[in-house]
This record gives sequence, structure tokens and C-alpha cells, in this order.
Amino acid sequence: MDYGTAQHLRVPQGMLGQSLTDLIGNTPLLRLSRVCPAGNVFAKAEWFNPGQSAKDRAAWKIIREAERAGKLGGGKVLLDSTSGNTGIAYAMIGAARGHPVRLCVPANVTPSRVKILKAYGAELILTDPTLSSDGAILKARELYRESPERYFYADQYSNENNWKAHFETTGPEIWAQSEARVTHFVATLGTAGTFVGASRYLKSRNPAIQVIEVQPDSPFHGLEGMKHMESSIVPALYDPKLADRKMVVRTEVAYRAVIDLARSEGLLCGVSAGAALAAARQVAEENPQGVVVTIFPDGGLKYLSEHFWDANL
Amino acid sequence: MTAVIEIPSALQRFVDNQRKIAVEGDTIQHAFEDLVGRFSALQQQIYDEKGQIRSFINIYVNDEDIRYGKYLETELKPGDVIQIVPSIAGGR
Repeated sequence: MDYGTAQHLRVPQGMLGQSLTDLIGNTPLLRLSRVCPAGNVFAKAEWFNPGQSAKDRAAWKIIREAERAGKLGGGKVLLDSTSGNTGIAYAMIGAARGHPVRLCVPANVTPSRVKILKAYGAELILTDPTLSSDGAILKARELYRESPERYFYADQYSNENNWKAHFETTGPEIWAQSEARVTHFVATLGTAGTFVGASRYLKSRNPAIQVIEVQPDSPFHGLEGMKHMESSIVPALYDPKLADRKMVVRTEVAYRAVIDLARSEGLLCGVSAGAALAAARQVAEENPQGVVVTIFPDGGLKYLSEHFWDANL
Repeated sequence: MTAVIEIPSALQRFVDNQRKIAVEGDTIQHAFEDLVGRFSALQQQIYDEKGQIRSFINIYVNDEDIRYGKYLETELKPGDVIQIVPSIAGGR
């Protein structure tokens, strides 16, 4: 067959190649033998998503369902508050689907996050850093109240499609990739979407699976993306009765685990992955016959400006 | 020498819910010692196990980040405003 001219390469849309959103999900399940030799710990490497975090899953489900319902499109602006990864996912998918994106972001997020969001063309409103993510939430609510007709307020903390994304993708992937042998599921809490969605799916397949949530040990912490529920605006989709066990991790312990992952496994991960590993490692050591699966929500490139790499923890 | 430390919302529970606290000290180091001396629950929130300021805490004096200057030896003047800001924010 002759493919010699550009004319011949024109094929109907959808026939050739993949779209960006086709690449979301189906991330690898990594075996962590060196950082946890005493147990069986596996992690979903969520930085293999095109936006390089687990948040692609929720953002894509939220946007897809809003498009279907006619809430997004025709120039409506996607509005939300975010400290980074969901914002990156909104900005990326928004750019790919032609939706303007406006995000309320605490002013103390890492500078590289701000640059990534701007690179995708998102409009940013920086909020009071001393109020953390709650300040960004309150600002987004205020903007929506002022002109509800302008916006689709995605509201990742309350949007049911956040946890459903993980019920439909993350949970089934863990079940299949662990060959139904998963005994413990460990996840950090941010919006709680990953924990709630994947836990509900896994419990539906095998109610004996233990699901374990992980929070920072204090309202004052350095674990970007994680929430200390007792002292924060609690996400509406969080289900406090779901966890069989609740664990807390001190910031420095999570940082140390991030360094372990880089130096012992060759995995450059974000700080919430460090918290996930610290908790999962403890669960695996207590259950040496178990199959412990956790989530590493993002990679480490966005955190290279943090000081803990040099802090001799 | 009296300066004012602005307490971030996540730490207010450890200081009787105060948002601003007047502290004595001619350097940042002394101002923090004064603060933690009066509110001992702050010790493990602000310092790590080695007694260093925790790596994720940024300190600003009158909106200037002191990490790249004299850091804890930064001298204070009466009325200076000190902010404690975690370098990254929680939430998603």
C-alpha cells in the first residue's frame, strides 16, 4: 500500500492513535522488595498517568460526567480549589478538551506546581498561605456564589465522581493486578476519593480485605496533598466509618521513606508516597503472610525544591 | 525587644487559639525560644528530633524569607512581624 503523501495519512478522527485521556489509569503495580524485605508491599505507581498523578482519574471522571450532563462546554469555566495535582489534571484535560480552567491555590504550594498549572494555560488565584487548603476552598466557594452562571464548580471534595473514578478504575486494577490476593489496602487521605472509591470496590469483592487510611499526625505538617481531617474542612465524600484502621505518620518519617524509595528502589516519589510507604511497611511487618497494596499518588520531580533532601533526617 | 509572631491556623490549637503572640528576643532564635518556652506543646511541632527547625517550615520577617540570610541569627527590631509558613499546603 502506498503511504507516500500526506494526503494518504488523513484518516477519520478516532481511527488512528490515542487521545490523552485514553492514557489515564492502568498504572503499574510495583513490588517493593528492598524497602520492605520482611513483608509483601506493592504500590500503584500513579505518576505513570499523563498528568503524573492519581488525580487524573478523578479529574477526568468529573469532567467527563459534567460534559455529558451539559454542565461544562460552550465556554463555561471549570472552577475549583486545589493544592496542585488535581489542578494539574484539570488544567491538562481542560486544555485537551477546550475548557477554560480557573483554580484557587494556596500561595505556598511549590513553585514548580504553579509553573506547571500556568504552562497548561490555567488561570490561578493564589490564596492566603496561613489558611492552607481551606483558604482556597473558601475562595472558590465565594467566586461561585458571585457568578454561578459563569462556572462549572467541580468541587473535588464533594463531587461523587471523585470516589467513583477510583471505584471504577483503581479498585478493579488492584484486584486484577494482585490476582485477587490483596489482603490489606493502605491509602493516604486528601480528598479521600482514592481511599473511599478503591476501598468500597475491594470490600465488594472480598469483605475480609482490611482497608487502612493514613493521615498526618498533626494539623501542622509538610505532607502536600494530605489532610488532617480533625482540623480541616472535612470533604463531604469522606466516610469515617469505612476504615478498619486509622494510622498517622509524622512528616519526617514520610520524608525519610521518600529518600529510601529513591535510594533503595530507584523510585523518585512525592511526599504522600512516603507516608503511604511508612504505613504500608508497618502493616506488612505485622502481617508477613499478607499482600499489602498501597498507592503512590505522584512522583518526586515536583518536590525537588523541598529542603528535606538535604536535611540529614 | 518585642516582636510579633503570626501563628498559622494549624498551630493555633497549641497556643490557646491565639492568632498573634508578642515575643521577647533580639534574634529569631531567641524569639522562638521565648514562644516555645511559654507553649511547650509547640516544641515537637516546630523542632525535629535533633532540635532543628523542621525542614518544611519557612520563616518570614516582615515578608522576607530568612532562610537565605542569617536564618535563626536574623536580628529583630521592635514591631517586627514574624510569620511561620509550612512550605507546602495540605489538601489536594
